[in-house]
Amino acid sequence: MGVNSDFETQLGTLFTRVFGGDAQLETVKRLSGGASQETWAIAGGGERAILRRAPGGTSAARSSAAIGLRAEAKLIEAAEATGVPVPRVLHVLSDGDGLGDCFLMSHVLGETIARPILRNDEFQSARDQLASQCGDALAAIHAIPIDGLPSELQESDGLAQIAQYEEIYRSFNAPRPVFELAMQWLKTNAPAPLPPVLVHGDFRLGNLMIDQTGLVAVLDWELAHLGDPREDIAWVCVNSWRFGQSQNRVGGFGQLSDLLNAYQAANGAEIVPEDIDWWEMLGTLKWGIMCMIMYEAYRSGADPSVERAAIGRRVSETEIDLINLLETANA
Amino acid sequence: MHDQPSTAELVEAVKAFIDETASPQLQGHAAFHARVASNVLATVLRELEQRPSAEQEERAGLLALLPADEQTSLEVLNDELCKQIQNGVLSVETPGLLEHLKRTTMAQVEIDQPRYSGLKTAKT
Repeated sequence: MGVNSDFETQLGTLFTRVFGGDAQLETVKRLSGGASQETWAIAGGGERAILRRAPGGTSAARSSAAIGLRAEAKLIEAAEATGVPVPRVLHVLSDGDGLGDCFLMSHVLGETIARPILRNDEFQSARDQLASQCGDALAAIHAIPIDGLPSELQESDGLAQIAQYEEIYRSFNAPRPVFELAMQWLKTNAPAPLPPVLVHGDFRLGNLMIDQTGLVAVLDWELAHLGDPREDIAWVCVNSWRFGQSQNRVGGFGQLSDLLNAYQAANGAEIVPEDIDWWEMLGTLKWGIMCMIMYEAYRSGADPSVERAAIGRRVSETEIDLINLLETANA
Repeated sequence: MHDQPSTAELVEAVKAFIDETASPQLQGHAAFHARVASNVLATVLRELEQRPSAEQEERAGLLALLPADEQTSLEVLNDELCKQIQNGVLSVETPGLLEHLKRTTMAQVEIDQPRYSGLKTAKT
């Protein structure tokens, strides 16, 4: 199994407790993806599940924006109640289980990796439906009643996010004129905020389980917060999340009008496409500063991997996207 | 100083070692990092070739936008540009600013990620 034996033993005990006496844990496999949380596929006796766990079982969050795993489990349950396709939460682990901060959920089958979803023939009909399915799912997420959601959720609208990311950017003392221009433009042209809803916070390929029928589960709720619904709609439009298929604005697979039509049909809210342009620029800026944060882990010595060093050279990708968006906005 | 092998030749040799010898023997996380390392060396090779002329153009663009001495370093010029944008002296309406930023950013992406989709968009 390749993991420490305490972990395996505790996991085996839990597996039998959740699935009943006949279910013996047979396989434990660490899944790739999920940069900040560990995701394990576990199976035995015909049963299977996914374990979401903080790295090494400790609850230190990736950033101040990430909610804890127990809050994430509560959100997934709330999302299921309003019809968002999500895995079923099977068991939230208390400290007594000895496994740290984590929860078990159903193992939804499908593909999360963008490249096959966007290129392989088997996903053609999925791609045709996906933009409107994303509109449906986002409408359902944004309809989750916010009273009674976990208190860990932070609230931030667009201008608050600009301020938050500007502070991080300035702390690196690595001035980038394109970021300066984008921040000034965003501050000057901000649309009035919409009433706060539950925002998923990282709704894009990679965090969506897709099969031949399309969207089957929305995953990775750790960046959820209260905010403007247009943030989620625009985040999946950010060019980095089109994975090379720039002509398809929604995630590299679909058109914004299809997403917005489905969204409006499901939740009645009419979203102005020009506002999505603004939020896409903000999303692009945020992703650029996130790349700077990841590079900072290398620069500071916290993570000496070549991968963290290399990500610093992806910041310029977001700069050219910002230039393209600024050109369009000022044409 | 002698330059045989040149910097580019040394980097090419290491890249070839990673691609042809090391990578095929690696699996999982190590194989992934080897691919990243090879890509990084490709970036270094492009930078060796393209950076001198890119910086020359960048400097000319900055001197056209800012009142500054010709000898001012690129770093100081860019700091000054950032300040002027931040305090509103220069904006997206300033003639030449967006064009300068587009040229320098395209040159940077040509070095960093020449196949990036946003670069194709910028060229059209």
